[in-house]
Formats: sequence, C-alpha cells, structure tokens
Amino acid sequence: MVVPRFWRERRYRYSLIGTRCPVCGTVYFPPRDVCPKCGRESVGKMEEVQLSGKGKVYSYTVVHQNVLGYKYQKPYVMAIIETPEGPKITGQIVDVDPEKVHIGMPVHAVFRRIAEDGKAGIIQYGYKFVPDEK
Amino acid sequence: MTGIVTYGSYIPIYRIKTAEIAKMWGDKPEHPEKGLGLLAKSVPGYDEDAATIAVEALRNALKRKNIPGEKIGAIFVGSESHPYAVKPTASLIAEVVGAYKAHAADLEFACKAGTAAMQNVYAMVKAGMIDYGIAIGTDTSQGQPGDALDYSASAGGTAYIIGKEDVIAEINHTVSFVTDTPDFWRREGQRYPSHGGRFTGEPAYFKHVMSSAKMLMEKAGTKPEDYDYVVFHQPNGKFPYRVGKRLGFSNDQIKSGLISPYIGNTYSGGTPTGLSAVLDIAKPGDRIIAVSFGSGAGSDAFDITVTDKMDSYNRDAAPKVMDMVNRAKYIDYATYLKFRRMIVEVD
Repeated sequence: MVVPRFWRERRYRYSLIGTRCPVCGTVYFPPRDVCPKCGRESVGKMEEVQLSGKGKVYSYTVVHQNVLGYKYQKPYVMAIIETPEGPKITGQIVDVDPEKVHIGMPVHAVFRRIAEDGKAGIIQYGYKFVPDEK
Repeated sequence: MTGIVTYGSYIPIYRIKTAEIAKMWGDKPEHPEKGLGLLAKSVPGYDEDAATIAVEALRNALKRKNIPGEKIGAIFVGSESHPYAVKPTASLIAEVVGAYKAHAADLEFACKAGTAAMQNVYAMVKAGMIDYGIAIGTDTSQGQPGDALDYSASAGGTAYIIGKEDVIAEINHTVSFVTDTPDFWRREGQRYPSHGGRFTGEPAYFKHVMSSAKMLMEKAGTKPEDYDYVVFHQPNGKFPYRVGKRLGFSNDQIKSGLISPYIGNTYSGGTPTGLSAVLDIAKPGDRIIAVSFGSGAGSDAFDITVTDKMDSYNRDAAPKVMDMVNRAKYIDYATYLKFRRMIVEVD
C-alpha cells in the first residue's frame, strides 16, 4: 500500500473508527461518506463512531499458502468478525492454534503490525483479533 | 498531589523456556535457572514490536480509567527497540489516543528509558504545564544468539498516565544518579548489543541502583522498613534480591514486584512493569520504592504512596500483570528465531 493511502486510513485502521448513518442508524466499517440505504438524505450527515473491538467469528479460513509477507506466520487464520455494532470485519486471528478457531468464537481487536513495505519502507499498523480470555 | 492516575501493562503471550535456550547452545538445562534465576522469557509474536506493546499497555490503562486524548499534554515513550531508527513511536501513540496537542518524544536509555519517561511527565505535570501525560516503557529487546543475554532479553511494556486529579498512587519524591559507565552498548547499525560481562554488575547495576536508592531514602527521610514493597530493575532473577539485601530490604518486600524469573528482562518495560505488578495488589497507604537501572549508566528512583482513590479505581477492567505472566504459549528455539526475524534469507 502506498504511503498516502495508508496515512489517510490510519485512524480507521488504528482505532476501528467507522461511520453511522443518522437517518437509519446503520454503522459502516470501513467508514462511508454516504449511506447506501438512505442515499442523499445521509450526505454530509454521517457521524464517526468508534467500534468496541468486540466480536464473534462469523466465518474463517486457515491459510497455508506462501503469501508474500506472511510466510513467517503460516498457517494463519483469516476471519470475518461479526461486531455487536453491525459491521462484519475481515481480519487475522492471532495468538491462537488454528485448529481451536470455531464459528461463534468470541474475539477482540488488538493492535499489531499488518504489513511492512520491505526492509526500508513504512510499517503498517492496524487491527487483528485474538480470542477472548476465558 | 501529583502521581499515577491510571496504569496498564502488556506482556506478549509467547514464552521460551531458558532450558530450551540452554539445550540449543550446549549449556546444562538447569544453568540459566540456577545461575541467573530465569525460568522463561517472553517473546513478541512475529507481528509485535515495541510500538504495538506500547499501544496495548496504554489501552489497558485507559480501560481502567479513560482520559480523553484532548486532555493529554505529553507523551514520552522509552525504549531501546523503537521500530524505526527515525520516526517517533510517540507520534503513533498520539494518533491512537487522539492526543494531537501533546508534546511527544521518544527516549532511549538502555533499560531505564521507561522511568525517564515517567520523570519527564511527572515534572511537566508538577510544573503546571500539562494536566495529564503518558509515560511508557516498552521493549522487544534482543540478545546475540548464544550470548548470556539470549536467556534474558524479552518483551513487554507498561504505560502510566500521570496527573493531579484522582491520583491512585502519589509520587512523593524522585531522584536520579548517572555516570558514564560503558557496561552495555550497541553501536549504530549493529543488530545486537555488546556488554562488559561481569563489569555489568558491581560498577554498573549495583553502584547505580544503590546510589539512587540511598539518595531517595535520604531525601524522603525514610528507611527500608518504611516500605511495603520495593521494585528493582530486574535484568535477571538474582540481582534484585542481592541489591535488596545490601540495601537492607527483605525478600518479602521484593518478591511481588519481581517478574523477571517468569518473563525475563523487558528492558525499558522492566521497572515500570514490576511497579505495575505491585500496584495490582497494593492497598491504600502502602508505600513503594521503585528503582530502575539503565546501562551506560543511570538509575531513577521513586518514592510512592498508594492513595485512598485506589479503592474506587477499576483495576479489574484490564488484565493484571500476573494474569498475563500466567497466560503463556511455549515455543521452541526455531520458532523463537522465526518470530524474532533472526533467520537470514537472500534479499
């Protein structure tokens, strides 16, 4: 990802900030400038909302491929997390044995390195998920 | 009253047993436990660094008591493993908490940059320049594979928010002692640090810790028996007991704040996390002395009294230090090398 794009999205990626439509109440993550349901009624009115970081595994997959930058983490878990605020968020689940992940598993967001642009480029930080403590 | 308003720590989940490291390097498995008092050390995950540890520690502090970003006037992050050589960790912290009007800077002083951060924030609050400030000690320290430091260099961190309102632990006094003592260093561009072996003991750790502890007790008019807890910098599991004995402290005063036997030396996170473990169990009226040490060399000492506000403070809102010490996933030496990016590949 190029530096300006990462910079533009840093607040959402660091702190899970989305937007809420004040007309219908739907929460979006990543944030949207316009609510697709309410159209022009929502223009200029979308409110920022910080998600709690809580959620449950909606679905997941275990990646065994040598994806660039993820070789040292494989096999790793990518999941869709259903949040109590509404949005479903795609993210990695870490600090877990892949065979222990299951649909419905409670997780919460943590702050991790997501990617880095080679050895000399910027480090991109953002959210991943870990299982809730028992 | 100026002191700690909230605090939080973070220790990565991964551990490597020191016996596993000994096996790799042909030492007797019991050697690190017997010689250094170290059973295991924490290891950062592949996607963790000093900045992610700092953020997690700070978020734990904010779970216990939320201080809005606009009220934060200063952010100091002490570490010897800042992810960038040039680009501050403190600006990332400012972004995470929305503290856009804060004075932000990174500090480095081997293992005492965390307490140096605490002193800077304390001074700014006490001077009336700011209402609240964040001080963080965080590290993912590295020892040369096969070196004695391979047994101890670990990862963890603690964040303190210091202010004047609703103080849970008052900082009564703080002093420092510093000399130019080359006991441990890392030259620019070098991947691993070097050290003076036994020279790191007597003229470095013991001289500086004892000097600042004695200066502090003289300033405060206190004696070792006036304190309920003492926290020393913990490069291994033995130095804190040894220096404590020489200063006149009992093992009972030391043990609650000594976590290095289980997680190793978290460098800038060391004394701040030991203090965090004590605050996890301290009661109003308890008096604590915390003494850091940073190679190169210096020591910061703090005289702290837990206030009545601790009773209404929500300590249980975030994991306590011992909770995180006890939740551990053990890895082997090969996985440790992988997580620490020590495997050399062609570019």
